[in-house]
Amino acid sequence: MASGQAGTTGRTVRQIRRGAGLYVLLLPAFILTLLFAYKPMYGVVIAFKDYSPALGIMDSPWAGFKYFEKFFQSYQFDNTIRNTLVISLYSMATFPIPIALALMVNQMRANRFRRFFQTVTYMPHFISTVVMVGLMLILFSPSTGLLGNLYALFGAEPPDLMGSPGLFTSVYVWSDVWQHAGWDSIIYIAALSAVDPSLYEAATVDGASRWQKIRFIDIPMLLPTAVTLLILRVGGLLGVGFEKVYLMQNDLNLTSSEILSTYVYKIGLLSSQYSFSSAINLFNTVINFALLIIVNQIAKKTSSNSLW
Amino acid sequence: MMETRNAAVAAKTAGGVNTRSSDAVLEAVLYGLAVLMLVVLMYPLYFIVIASFSNPSSVAGGKVWLWPSGFTLDGYKELLKHANIWIGYRNTILYTAAGTAIGLAVNLSAAYALSRRDLPGRKLLSLYFIFTMFFSGGLIPIFLTVRDFHMYNTFLVMVLPFSVSAYNIIVARTFFQTSIPGDLWEAAQIDGCGNLRYFAQVVLPLSKAIVAVLGLWIAVGYWNSYFNALIYLKNPDLYPLQLILRNILITNQMQSGMGSGEAAQIALRLASLMRYSVIIVSTVPIMLLYPFVQKYFNQGVMIGAVKE
Repeated sequence: MASGQAGTTGRTVRQIRRGAGLYVLLLPAFILTLLFAYKPMYGVVIAFKDYSPALGIMDSPWAGFKYFEKFFQSYQFDNTIRNTLVISLYSMATFPIPIALALMVNQMRANRFRRFFQTVTYMPHFISTVVMVGLMLILFSPSTGLLGNLYALFGAEPPDLMGSPGLFTSVYVWSDVWQHAGWDSIIYIAALSAVDPSLYEAATVDGASRWQKIRFIDIPMLLPTAVTLLILRVGGLLGVGFEKVYLMQNDLNLTSSEILSTYVYKIGLLSSQYSFSSAINLFNTVINFALLIIVNQIAKKTSSNSLW
Repeated sequence: MMETRNAAVAAKTAGGVNTRSSDAVLEAVLYGLAVLMLVVLMYPLYFIVIASFSNPSSVAGGKVWLWPSGFTLDGYKELLKHANIWIGYRNTILYTAAGTAIGLAVNLSAAYALSRRDLPGRKLLSLYFIFTMFFSGGLIPIFLTVRDFHMYNTFLVMVLPFSVSAYNIIVARTFFQTSIPGDLWEAAQIDGCGNLRYFAQVVLPLSKAIVAVLGLWIAVGYWNSYFNALIYLKNPDLYPLQLILRNILITNQMQSGMGSGEAAQIALRLASLMRYSVIIVSTVPIMLLYPFVQKYFNQGVMIGAVKE
């Protein structure tokens, strides 16, 4: 930036030479993104084609909106959309939990306890999705699991948490909170550590209680971060993760556990209806993208916080 | 503002005890809640540990609460016999090591280049990566792309195509922008140091925190992932640990030859015991990484990670 007062040609040459090394650094990521993110984006045209592997993407005949219509008319349409929305709105409702956790940690004066508490709350984050669902199957088993034994102690009949459609969403969402709330609070804890200590001192002089400090200093400090994360979440409203839902699915809970992404997987890879699957997927992506733009716009107008 | 301040001062002089007692209540609620959360988080994990050392019938019969009952190592011994677990282990270690090395190299170098304000085309290049966070080709087009590149069912598909992460790039870029002083580059340039050498010999050694944190994220991701293996691998000799765990923990496909009668009973009980030990054996190694990286989390790496 402070590049002296050299002649224009000298500066241009130097800028290109300067840039050259940086472009070399960028190149691998650029190429990988081009090949594995942008090239498939072009591939979404198969949603509008009768894709046949023999002909390839280019030469397969156009099908118009046939596959979209097929999806809109199928009995799975209402079901998968409803399930996806219910699961994501329910998880969205747990959004404040990591914030509350960060506020708690921030109030802990005993340093040892604070560090121990943080370590323990982060720990479950390291459990893989496969192991997590395996754990749930073991622990929630009505006949042999921890939960079953607990109910047996009180002589009560345990609920079948993993095999009941009515409970699926709750089990999914709260096990996620159990596993990730501690980890998700890191970013808020970091934001709180950036609060100017003189604010607290001033508040103390004014006679504020600790609750008032939380209410009038900490929470307003966290709002910008929270709004940003919330926008990102809304953008993924219909993008509920495939991994955990798919692992938790069984014949008993399928009526409330079939979501867009698991349906896309089954239609596409398990029954090889490539075009149909891509159409459902594209529908999903477009709605998410639209939601993201709408919410970002709202956030811009109301709180001057936005992604762009 | 003035009024509340006066009111607060008045409250303090009138009944200073009042504020302090509200602080005490807050403190009590805080630590009470924290202890409750610690129990809820830790007990299930602790239970898995003691259950892995207990006689399976004691576990199923509800006799295991605080200590192992009927101490046994049979679950771990049974584990040793399953060759596919060790193949999976070996594969996962290879994928994690290679994937983390590639991921760090690709994302850090791109992030550094994007952090330099004198990079021509910086804004556009940033957008190029960020766009992939919100829009993707979807499952089928990506699958077809991977297959077109003849990467289906290869080692490479597990470590290369999805190594670029826009999120990681943004986090690292923010770190470089805020913690590497620009003057350093000016000085290095005068000494005749090029961009590449400067990045490798000056920037990276100053950026241990971000290398550690990103390395942890990426490594945990590879260690725990099963989705790519599920989709892109056909050859069981390439299966990562998580895919094998899925068979053991969730779909219940045990390898041991199940006979009939008593032998089958024993096999069944061993199988249920092995589930506990397999959880421990697969989860502990990746959890052990965390303490080494923990200190870097406190350097405020996360600040500003999502903004911008």
